[in-house]
Amino acid sequence: MNRATLDLWVGIFVAIGLGALLFLGLKVGNLTFASAGETYQLHAKFDNIGGLKVRAPVKSAGVVVGRVSEIKFDPVAYVAVVTMLIDKRYQFPRDTFATINTSGLLGEQYISFEVGGDTAMLKNGDFIKKTQSAVVLEKLISQFLFSNNKAGEAGGNAKK
Amino acid sequence: MANKLIAVLTDLGHRVTGALWRLGFASRFLLMILVYSGTSLRRFHLTIREIYFSGVMSLIIILVSGLFVGMVLGLQGYDTLERYGSSSALGVLVALSLVRELGPVVAALLFASRAGSAITAEIGLMKATEQLSAMEMMAVNPIARVVAPRFWAGVLSMPLLAALFSAMGIFGGYLVGVRLIGVDAGSFWSQMQASVDFREDIVNGVIKSFVFGIIISWIAVFEGYDAEPTAEGVSGATTRTVVTSSLAVLAADFILTAFMFRGA
Amino acid sequence: MPSTPSDSLVKVSNLSFAYDRRPVLSGINMEIPRGKVVAIMGASGCGKTTTLRLIGGQIKPTSGEVRVDGKVVHRLSSDGLYQLRRRMGMLFQFGALFTDMSVYDNVAFQMREHTDFPEELINDLVLMKLHAVGLRGAHELMPSELSGGMARRVALARAIALDPMLMMYDEPFAGLDPISMSIVGELIRKLNDALGASSIIVTHDVQESLKIVDYVYFVSAGKVVAEGTPEEIKASRAEYVHQFVWGEADGPVPFHYPATQPYGEEIMTQAAEVSNRG
Repeated sequence: MNRATLDLWVGIFVAIGLGALLFLGLKVGNLTFASAGETYQLHAKFDNIGGLKVRAPVKSAGVVVGRVSEIKFDPVAYVAVVTMLIDKRYQFPRDTFATINTSGLLGEQYISFEVGGDTAMLKNGDFIKKTQSAVVLEKLISQFLFSNNKAGEAGGNAKK
Repeated sequence: MANKLIAVLTDLGHRVTGALWRLGFASRFLLMILVYSGTSLRRFHLTIREIYFSGVMSLIIILVSGLFVGMVLGLQGYDTLERYGSSSALGVLVALSLVRELGPVVAALLFASRAGSAITAEIGLMKATEQLSAMEMMAVNPIARVVAPRFWAGVLSMPLLAALFSAMGIFGGYLVGVRLIGVDAGSFWSQMQASVDFREDIVNGVIKSFVFGIIISWIAVFEGYDAEPTAEGVSGATTRTVVTSSLAVLAADFILTAFMFRGA
Repeated sequence: MPSTPSDSLVKVSNLSFAYDRRPVLSGINMEIPRGKVVAIMGASGCGKTTTLRLIGGQIKPTSGEVRVDGKVVHRLSSDGLYQLRRRMGMLFQFGALFTDMSVYDNVAFQMREHTDFPEELINDLVLMKLHAVGLRGAHELMPSELSGGMARRVALARAIALDPMLMMYDEPFAGLDPISMSIVGELIRKLNDALGASSIIVTHDVQESLKIVDYVYFVSAGKVVAEGTPEEIKASRAEYVHQFVWGEADGPVPFHYPATQPYGEEIMTQAAEVSNRG
């Protein structure tokens, strides 16, 4: 087993090993966005972020345009401050609406941008003014039950 | 009666202190390997030779096992997911299982049995036939020349083998799921890409396989170097390498998983 | 043996070594003069190989010292030990050739590790050393393809690769056929004289070694019990030496491993028990 043969085989081994890693990264994982690199920051304040996590996607019209990079608590205003990294290719107007949606019924939560008509665009470091917090499922259910009760009572009263 | 109990306790204590002593010695040994690793870098062909014998020679078993594991995942996964109407998530199931767990762990176990035992046997035999002593007397440090290259070869080969295992497994899952059973190819790949995160899953898997590589290589070279210079000694050391490194890998897997995937 | 200190390449003074609590050597004194071949003889397990390891610095003595070329071995820094070992050559009991390398690569090992010699020079040197032991034609073989005697000779060529000033042989004659034995014996003497080196042979092969050595030390139970030139040893009346040299079955080294009772008594006791029961 002379050195040239050894080197050849080890070279082949390392090449296919790295190739497998590349395959995993590109075809299996979502390497494309994470390596894009060119991003700018936007901030938004929410009363309740629900189950939103760091690295959750930011979507506009259903397409991923960015990621949540940081979630902090503002101890003065008692709200959540979410920082997002948005792909530099996409600019959004100043009156964009940021809402926290859930994918599917019980899936992971993400931020959705709905654009308005403002001509001025958001710049790096700007705050999004209009936000809507996450829908908390328990509140929804208790509201439903409560309003049902009320309707039942009103109906009962009406009969009397 | 009391005497017997005391004897049992003494024996137990003896074993525990013996094991601790051995662990201490093994840690100092690892430190020496790191200190004397210069030769493995400066004369990289030594390490390349060992990468051939540990990594390249393990390729067949890794690739074939990966393929079969992936195919089984495809079959079993489909069977279970179909019951909840989620058979389109088969790609996600196969990919995440492999990249996060099965790839690093099973590849590590296979590496320990094939390459780890070979390294232990080789070093143990070199010790038994006084080759290491001869090297010492020729003013060549056997740790730098014999042990360190084998250690680094194992550490470098392990992540590559784990990646190859996962890749073959996903291919096997694709073969069974899409080609054989008929799951939609589009949803197989697209759901996979949407759910497998590069940093969370793939990089964590690579980190795991690095850690496993260090564990297995460390145990393999230590057991070989510390083996009794007899036939029974070497065979006992080889067995210990496989058993100890397999258990250590599984334990480390639990610890790493707890740290890495806690948030998810 | 009359010699002034500067004549001795190796001086062992009051050397003691114990393994775990079991004493192996208790205060031995030896001198290896420059240019001479000295044999250390004794029964198995008497500490001969340990002495070689102490001289080579592989183990440290519990008391006493070994001086090689004036330097105390166990007090050398790792650099100093490295420099010293480059001038020593050791032949291990069964050769200890590196099994993953060819004969040529084995002999070239030290040259490649310790010198910057170009490959052409190494080629010349390796073939020269192999020629000296008569195995130049075997340079492409692998150690597994060699007979015991040939392996021993290749190991010898490897040990003299850098022309050491001190050669140490651990049981060089063990397990060889008569032809190989006398070849090895001749080589030890010739190489010693050609290199101007000193040699230490640890052996229990009396006939072969007495033919080639200049001085003999007899070690028993960790002490030097006799020493002298080969003629003095052959003529010695000391019991231990006499038993060893003439290969007598019983003497100071007893034939019987100690048992609890003398055998005659044991049989009588057993016979008495049997007849009592009956």
